Amino acid sequence: MAPILSVRDLEKTYEGGFQALKSVSLDIREGEVFALLGPNGAGKTTLISTICGLVRPTSGSIEVGGHDALKNFRAARRLIGLVPQEMPTAPFEMVADTVSFSRGLFGLKRDPALVESILKDLSLWDKRDNAIMALSGGMKRRLLVAKALAHEPRILFLDEPTAGVDVELRHDMWRIVGELKERGVTIILTTHYIEEAEEMADRVGVINGGEIILVEDKAELMRKLGRKLLTLSLSEPLAAVPQALARYDLMLANDGASLVYTYDTHAERTGITSLLTDLSAAGVRFQDLQTDQSSLEDIFVDLVKGG
Amino acid sequence: MNFEAIKSIYLAEMARTRRTIMQSIISPVISTVLYFVVFGAAIGSRITEVDGVSYGAFIVPGLIMLSLMTQSLSNASFGIYFPKFTGTIFEVLSAPVSFLEITIAYVGAAATKSVLVGLIILITANFFVPLEIQHPFWMAAFFMLTAVTFALLGFIIGIWADNFEKLQFVPLLIVTPLAFLGGSFYSINMLPEFWQTVTLVNPVVYLISGFRWSFYGQADVSLWLSLLATLIFLGGSLAVIHRIFKTGYRLKP
Ligand SMILES: Nc1ncnc2c1ncn2[C@@H]1O[C@H](COP(=O)(O)OP(=O)(O)OP(=O)(O)O)[C@@H](O)[C@H]1O
Ligand SMILES: [Mg+2]
Repeated sequence: MAPILSVRDLEKTYEGGFQALKSVSLDIREGEVFALLGPNGAGKTTLISTICGLVRPTSGSIEVGGHDALKNFRAARRLIGLVPQEMPTAPFEMVADTVSFSRGLFGLKRDPALVESILKDLSLWDKRDNAIMALSGGMKRRLLVAKALAHEPRILFLDEPTAGVDVELRHDMWRIVGELKERGVTIILTTHYIEEAEEMADRVGVINGGEIILVEDKAELMRKLGRKLLTLSLSEPLAAVPQALARYDLMLANDGASLVYTYDTHAERTGITSLLTDLSAAGVRFQDLQTDQSSLEDIFVDLVKGG
Repeated sequence: MNFEAIKSIYLAEMARTRRTIMQSIISPVISTVLYFVVFGAAIGSRITEVDGVSYGAFIVPGLIMLSLMTQSLSNASFGIYFPKFTGTIFEVLSAPVSFLEITIAYVGAAATKSVLVGLIILITANFFVPLEIQHPFWMAAFFMLTAVTFALLGFIIGIWADNFEKLQFVPLLIVTPLAFLGGSFYSINMLPEFWQTVTLVNPVVYLISGFRWSFYGQADVSLWLSLLATLIFLGGSLAVIHRIFKTGYRLKP
């Protein structure tokens, strides 16, 4: 299936000479949730803004649903909805009016029934006749989602949809993303919360210093790069890792009460069997054991540090 | 053409006018009428006639022009500056709307407001002094052309300005003096010869002269020169706006 969004060799050098994007190529599949991760200043917002037509690319090409984003900007932009990182709102406008306004910008006739259903989905219907300045921060963010959905886009960009929001709203946002995905909307989101990518994304891309350094299925990524930890709760605490076990990647934790073994799940051997044998030979006893998979966060930190 | 988008922006701008009716319509009308009373009554008692027209009536076209120019300018500059300042402009810039459509919508709304103000002043003036409009067609043409041209100029200023000071700077320090010195309140024939020549570099002279001619059939410069100057002004503003959108100046980094 042809990608719904295809970015090729995209470069962006800002006026001051700062290169924010370096030959970025990226394909987004229709219907997926794609999480773009990267530290502050990595180029996430620049990438999204360039795709949406807010920043002019220095070179490279962008195709949205087969339409060139520059030459055929109308067709390309009709497919896209954008919720920006900042929350720009016109303070004096009314909630329902502003959603209709957004729809109008895309050349579509007013559709009060649609606006009603969008506002209801986002729990803003009660506020429809309020001025925007009377909304709370979380409501404003939901309103921006409503505005972005007013023309029924096939691709939705969410630039840090949960930055600085409380837990409840964050889960709300996750639910909204889930529902949109159900309806077949392709979603590209950026976030600093790895748990969010873990929770929502089908695929993960990591960008750092203006370069995409990795794009991978989330599950695959976690399997491939994931390290596992084996934690042994010792019967008696140890002061140091016994000399006989020096060849294992071992660490004492919990004031010597637990021994943590780190291993690669995709290595040929995990070394667990021999470790356990050597442990009993060294006279180390344990009461319990447990394994943990490293999170996306660990993977991400490793990648960015290495890159 | 994305007419629906033009309509949306235009109506949103007009809604803003309704919310701020005091500031956008009533106050310019009041201040112009004050000018009218002060200049017309105070000075009019000393200067009885200019070019065969009573002074009170003589200044009406100039006053209307003055408020058309300043209103178009401030409406349009604020209209685009505000969304740029708050960031809401992102929505327009990422929508399937062309630069021409954006310009038509914002400039159209700004010009509409100033035309409203101008009409109210015209009607009000009618109660104070006997007005005659010898060339209604030309009157309407200069009226609209000036409103649109200065709205375009305001639009440019609104895009250029990156703070409130700059937003006020051009209207206050350039356009208002040019308008006052452009013959709003006097005929340039009343000036010494040297100043008459200097005044001819002021583009506003041509606008006011043409507009006044449409009322009383008298002009400081020829009608065609007035029209030409207005059209050059209009074309120049359009060219600058075209360039702004082409290069993304101050709008798209
Ligand atoms: N208009 C601009 N002019 C010049 N440099 C810019 C501009 N916008 C962004 N940059 C620079 O480009 C780089 C990437 O910025 P960008 O906003 O894309 O980062 P980001 O990944 O979205 O970061 P964050 O997580 O903080 O939102 C930064 O170094 C930033 O300073
Ligand atoms: Mg960002």
